[in-house]
Amino acid sequence: MSFLDLIRTSLANFRSHKMRAFLTVLGIVIGVMTVISILSLIQGMNASVEKQIQSLGSNTIMLQKAAWGMGRLDVEEISKRKDLTLDDADAIALLPAVARVSPLKSRQLNSVKYRGHKATDVEVDGSNADLQFVANYSVESGRFLTRDDYQHRAHVCVIGGYIVDNLFPNEDPVGKELNLGTGRFLIVGVLARKGSFLGQSQDNVIIVPYTTYELTFPKALGFGGLFGLTIQIQARSTGDIEKAVDQIRELMRRRRGLSYDKPDNFGINTQDTIRSIYKNITGVAYIVMIAVAAISLLVGGIGIMNIMLVSVTERTKEIGLRKALGASSQNILVQFLTEAVILSGIGGLIGVGLGLGTAGIISALTPLKAAAPIWTIFLGFGFSAVVGIFFGIYPANRAARLNPIEALRYE
Amino acid sequence: MSLIEARDVYKTYTLGSQKFNALDGVSLVIEKGEYIAIMGPSGSGKSTLMHIIGCLDTPTAGQYLFKDRDITSLSDHELAQLRNSEIGFVFQSFNLLARISAFKNVEMPMMYARRSAAERGRKVDAALERVGLTGRRNNKPNELSGGEMQRVAIARALINDPAIILADEPTGNLDSRTGVEIMKLFDDLARQGNTLILVTHDAGVARHARRVVRIVDGRIETGDRPAQVESLEGPLGDAERPVSVPRNP
Repeated sequence: MSFLDLIRTSLANFRSHKMRAFLTVLGIVIGVMTVISILSLIQGMNASVEKQIQSLGSNTIMLQKAAWGMGRLDVEEISKRKDLTLDDADAIALLPAVARVSPLKSRQLNSVKYRGHKATDVEVDGSNADLQFVANYSVESGRFLTRDDYQHRAHVCVIGGYIVDNLFPNEDPVGKELNLGTGRFLIVGVLARKGSFLGQSQDNVIIVPYTTYELTFPKALGFGGLFGLTIQIQARSTGDIEKAVDQIRELMRRRRGLSYDKPDNFGINTQDTIRSIYKNITGVAYIVMIAVAAISLLVGGIGIMNIMLVSVTERTKEIGLRKALGASSQNILVQFLTEAVILSGIGGLIGVGLGLGTAGIISALTPLKAAAPIWTIFLGFGFSAVVGIFFGIYPANRAARLNPIEALRYE
Repeated sequence: MSLIEARDVYKTYTLGSQKFNALDGVSLVIEKGEYIAIMGPSGSGKSTLMHIIGCLDTPTAGQYLFKDRDITSLSDHELAQLRNSEIGFVFQSFNLLARISAFKNVEMPMMYARRSAAERGRKVDAALERVGLTGRRNNKPNELSGGEMQRVAIARALINDPAIILADEPTGNLDSRTGVEIMKLFDDLARQGNTLILVTHDAGVARHARRVVRIVDGRIETGDRPAQVESLEGPLGDAERPVSVPRNP
């Protein structure tokens, strides 16, 4: 039988058993729909996290008191570590793989007020002019901090979009003054918005010169105090990040006189550190989600097998007749397999469509973002075809092996 | 060269520890253009012989030559091709597929022969015309009478121009008047030079053949003497009356 005849024969068979074909397809539709919607939501989430990680700054390395990671922090051990110093920062700036260095101290202010307006939980950073490049800031209006600001301990600041929204809803903030800590700061620039990182706004920030920060804020307490100074480092290029990390580690170990068998008493954190933490947190959850979806596809496949077995039994006489008229066992096998693959393929197509639709609806109604690269679609469709072949082969083989004489006698 | 030659064919079934010869040394030669009836009561082995002649089954021992080809050595696929191109089956219960039209039922063997759609359409229409069903090509079997259904089945048997047409109790499910019409159709086909093999226990059907082979207990008892049928079953032309054939004596 030609391929076209096979498909026509299969379709004619479905037409005469519409309800059955529909129910068979339904199992696959639900399976593929689940797989596709979950995959595209995961993809969307990964993409948005990756974008957020990128927004932290390209080629950025953070030298801190401790490495980020999963599990419990040994707070006591970390608190005994030496603080990083500006001398460390200066030494790192001379490393060949390092382009720029910014010292950074941060603290959270409960509120910042301006003429009756109030912004809460504001992050104040003390840093230098290079932070603009190291941390990937761009300036929307006014200017960023300068070298002079740093050297002269100028009482100036740049502010994020969230601060503008809350304190200066109807006016240009540049040129206005804010009271922060013990000082009064002139606003010299407004930062372009960066959006949020893992649910936290990156625009709720005020940046002042590091030197002025040290004057204005007494020694920080709590978590910020524990970490003390962070040194943000920009590698010369993305390809230089690893080299830069190695150079920084070697330099710091030497500066601190660590013998070869002692572990680092500082932490070097990169975007890859964040990525691996993210993967650690979400990896298992993703596997579980995909497994659940795969199980529903499996159930759909078992549905196909079930219906095919019924169909083979019901069509025993037809199979006998076809064999008498010249169908070989292989013809019969291929015919039943074709039916299984067409059913699951149609189910796969509908499932991909509904899966993308579901993902679209979810991302429209919730903060979750969906993204479906082409491969998820092929994957869903391919999966369903494989399921069709896998669960169709047994019934098809059973049909093919029927003895034509006995099959013809079957009532 | 004979069209069909069975040489000392045995078909043995094993039931538990019992062995049972459904065919017990059958030898039979059928030439091209013959119109032959294989008669026997149920359980005589005539169905088994028909299955072997129709290449649906192979002998346990002995040789079966179809156009000088020993079919015992053929694979499943080769047997299927042989059935497709050389044998046209007509069954007692018609065996049409209920969900497709008369046209598509007749077309089916041509699909397994991988003929083009154009050729199929032409030949199917010609075959339907030959059995007098031109106006019924798009009807499904449940819209046809018993006689019409059997005509569709005969058109299907003819469609690949087979070497033999093998009819198993072709009038068994028809009323006597329709049965006569169908037999007339077979007689016409025989006159046109087709090789016809009727398998029946009905002497009224067998009487149409030019040669009758009687099979009892897996052995051929009588050959080539149509006169014997006449003497057993009464005068010619009495097709309406069902005739009982003596069971295994």
